[in-house]
Amino acid sequence: MTEPEARAALVRLVRDEGRRVLATLARVTGDLPLAEDAVQDAAVRALESWPRDGVPAEPRAWLTLTARRRAIDILRREAARAGKEAATMNGAAVTEPDEPPPPETVRDDLLRLVFTCCHPALAVETQVALALRTLCGLTVAEVGAALLVPEATMAKRLTRARQKITKAAIPYAVPADHELPDRLRGVLAVVYLLFTTGYAPTGAPRLELVDEAVRLTRLLRELMPGEPSVLGLLALELLQDSRRAARHGADGAPVLLADQDRGRWRRDLVEEGVVLVGEGLRRTPDVPDPYVVQAAIAACHALAPTWGDTDWSAVVSWYDVLLTVADTPVARLNRAVAVGERDGPAAGLAAVDAVDELGGYPLWHAARAELLARLDRVDDADTAYAAALAIPQDDAQLTHLRRRRARLGDRT
Amino acid sequence: MPQYAAIIYSKDVDWTLPEYATDMKEYNEFGQAAATVIRGGAALYQTSTATTVRVQGGKGGDVVATDGPYAETKEALTGFYLLECADLDEAIKLAAQIPAAWDGAVEVRPVIDFGG
Repeated sequence: MTEPEARAALVRLVRDEGRRVLATLARVTGDLPLAEDAVQDAAVRALESWPRDGVPAEPRAWLTLTARRRAIDILRREAARAGKEAATMNGAAVTEPDEPPPPETVRDDLLRLVFTCCHPALAVETQVALALRTLCGLTVAEVGAALLVPEATMAKRLTRARQKITKAAIPYAVPADHELPDRLRGVLAVVYLLFTTGYAPTGAPRLELVDEAVRLTRLLRELMPGEPSVLGLLALELLQDSRRAARHGADGAPVLLADQDRGRWRRDLVEEGVVLVGEGLRRTPDVPDPYVVQAAIAACHALAPTWGDTDWSAVVSWYDVLLTVADTPVARLNRAVAVGERDGPAAGLAAVDAVDELGGYPLWHAARAELLARLDRVDDADTAYAAALAIPQDDAQLTHLRRRRARLGDRT
Repeated sequence: MPQYAAIIYSKDVDWTLPEYATDMKEYNEFGQAAATVIRGGAALYQTSTATTVRVQGGKGGDVVATDGPYAETKEALTGFYLLECADLDEAIKLAAQIPAAWDGAVEVRPVIDFGG
């Protein structure tokens, strides 16, 4: 291993173990901000001393002990400053035995932490930031960099979030069974938002966000192994992420799925994703789960040797299923595009035109343009591209659309 | 246990009028259902009865009292409950049973414990 690799592996270990230590310490002290400060401090010490003295045989026990001592220090100092005996209850709690708790306790603690950080009483952007800070163990500066927010702004946002969690007593608990489906949906939405922010359709991908989202989803799967929506989300992410190396050309411009070099797709991720889709489908015989269905669509693409060989009937059928559980204009547009592949451009154009509420969405115009071009209606296609380009959007997407429009010339 | 103010924003009316008897009945029902956790509260007369007081020029300055509420909003602050709950989830669950929750809005705010 090279030095940066060794360093990265160490950071990974400290984050993974630190998250578990944090989850337990937060429960024991009943004070998430205190636990975060203590674990952050222990992590910093680990990254200082482990490269020098070697990684301890039980990294989690080391972090637990160091974080607990730090928590006690902080409590004592606060008590001294307040000039009172206070915090004895918390103090007593942190002086529990030093051995890390059994795995099932850690599992429950981590779940509590997940549901606290993704509590609906916090703004979604705050939930995303907390997920990165608290669940993924990134530093405030790293969270800011990942979400393109200045560090000072991010620090303020996180401080406000911690204050709200403490002052409003956002519970550190797994929701009751009848609330769980709703709350889990919220958690998954936050994790998927992390993922899609990393793979925003335009601009350079922020792969650290993608990686953290996948890690977090894997953790959720570990914590809730039978939950179909978790299986579906993990499958969806892995199948999309399998195309990582093919998504952008050498010049950094996005490459459409149709034009990607499928030899560069990661087969291991495709296989894992496809197996997860199967498991997710088996666990949702009655009501399909939207993530599982989206993953099934992604699997159709992942398994096709070429764009032309895609099983478009299957894709269209899966979109039909998706629309029964999650009817969105964008899903209908994607279905219409698949209809165009299955039944030809005229049928596709009719289907796309039927989704007319997307007039403000550049990719709707671009989809029309593609189909018009295939019908040899080059002038109409050009007009459609002009309409797509007239809509305010970021530069990378504009460049991409201009390039596609320029290719129309090749047809005449 | 933490306490929360459940601050009620609703239509700006005189709740003592007979035409609001049904509303009052609903509030009374909530009051009885949540009696064990309600630590206080009040219903307020409409904002047209409000007087906003400011002292200009710092403490001891001129008292300026103006007619009307501090903020003119479509839905007005018309009352509050003081609730004692285990955590925010419990407070949200209770707030959702206050009639204003479906006929306006209820703001849930943690109360400062000065430890006195």
